[in-house]
Amino acid sequence: MMKRTVPLFITAIAGIIMILSYFIPPAQSWGEDVAVWFDILAGIAFLLGGGNLLMIQLRKMSDRQPGWGYAAVTAIAFIVTLYAGLMKVGTHPSAEFPNRPWSGSYNEDGAFYWLYEYAFKPLTATMFAMLAFYVASAAFRAFRAKNIEATLLLITAFIILLGRTYAGVWLTDFLPETSPFRLEHIADGIRDLFTTVGTRAIMIGIALGIASTSLKIILGIDRSYLGSKE
Amino acid sequence: MYQALNNLDRRWIFLVMAIVVAVPIITQWSFPEKVSKQTRDAYAEVERLQPGDRVLLALDFDPASAGELSPMATSFVYHCATRGAKIYFMSLWPVGPQLIEESIAKVLKPDFPDMRYGHDYVNLGYKSGYEGVIKVIITDLKKLYTTDHRGSGINSIPMMAGVESVQDMDLVISVSAGYAGAKEWVMYAKTAYPDKFNFIAGCTGVQAPPLLPYIPNQMPGLVAAIKGAAEYEKLMAEQYGLEDQPKYKEGLRRMGSQMFAHILMVMLILLGNVLFFMGRKEARR
Repeated sequence: MMKRTVPLFITAIAGIIMILSYFIPPAQSWGEDVAVWFDILAGIAFLLGGGNLLMIQLRKMSDRQPGWGYAAVTAIAFIVTLYAGLMKVGTHPSAEFPNRPWSGSYNEDGAFYWLYEYAFKPLTATMFAMLAFYVASAAFRAFRAKNIEATLLLITAFIILLGRTYAGVWLTDFLPETSPFRLEHIADGIRDLFTTVGTRAIMIGIALGIASTSLKIILGIDRSYLGSKE
Repeated sequence: MYQALNNLDRRWIFLVMAIVVAVPIITQWSFPEKVSKQTRDAYAEVERLQPGDRVLLALDFDPASAGELSPMATSFVYHCATRGAKIYFMSLWPVGPQLIEESIAKVLKPDFPDMRYGHDYVNLGYKSGYEGVIKVIITDLKKLYTTDHRGSGINSIPMMAGVESVQDMDLVISVSAGYAGAKEWVMYAKTAYPDKFNFIAGCTGVQAPPLLPYIPNQMPGLVAAIKGAAEYEKLMAEQYGLEDQPKYKEGLRRMGSQMFAHILMVMLILLGNVLFFMGRKEARR
């Protein structure tokens, strides 16, 4: 009873306050307070997320599940980074407070900075950069003009791919500067007309969906966020 | 030939893509850029700044997107500093503060040695809460930011005097890679207080379409993807003579790789379709 009623009550109160604060100027500060609660909760969610990550990885390791070695790497990396950041390992004291060992910034030197600069940064950049290779391979194998819709998509892709670089300018350079048939102008036209109109329609749909879902959550009709199957 | 191409090992494609991307970067091969209206309008907003104006620069991205967004972040920092604006850095992304420090070390410390921390620029750092952060600081910045990223009390920072909220800024710039970023700044800051400050954004290529509907009312200009960054660099180079400074030409340099990668993609798609239609013809026989 308490496990459901209290969260539902908090949600309803917070939601109603946010709506009131938007429409009633004197109630604006209430909305700010609720937003601060949200920010505090978001901070606590990091602790929950970290604990959850560690528990899942430790369970995988203890059960010797397939790929448990990766779980070990994840857990060790997590613990080492957390320790390096919290304890400011290797960080020199700041110039203002030379006698305080923890006064230095972990963004400028020390183990945490080292982990960020030489492990996290190149690894994440590499993961992102690898997309180019997979997209190229997928384009060769899967992007087929099988029907009219696929053909239209393909032509649009060509125009955007070429029109967004100097290749587009060079290919249609023989046309006058103001010609609408220059590749870069066609690419701009696709962006300003089709993309914007389509995106706007999707956004209006999403906004209506968010409004109705929010109302259902505030009124306690939708309780799926509590983990309920109702 | 047909069979060989049809069964082409994808590692050959990877190799060609690697060469096509690497060669222009290594040889520093760049091409002239035609500046789009969106980039020109974003540039004009920064150009309108007067000495002493306040700019909130939110670097809402992480190292995964730094390849695409760092060049424009560098340009924004340089441009704002050149205009004599006071820069308030912050981030809605956890590793944003490190990227802010990188921008400070790359641009402000070597090129603007007279700018002092706390007087001319400040790193407010990261706060958890995504759009919740924007909702609070749009009306009361000090409610959430009680210290800067270095731990100094917010009221002890000289340039924070007279700043109660984001509404006290003259310009807000979000360089964003996704959620939370430019879209949330538009929704919870600019739309709520449309006449208080100007807003422009820089974003990744995939994030540009969802931001297009906000142009020009909520957002007069947008620097989209590495192409937008290259266009911005071109405008800065023309006005401030930065042709001989490689760090302000990163976007232009990367456009060379992008162009050849795009051409390769087009060729691969064409080749794939030729093989597809040949295969279909064979099957009919």
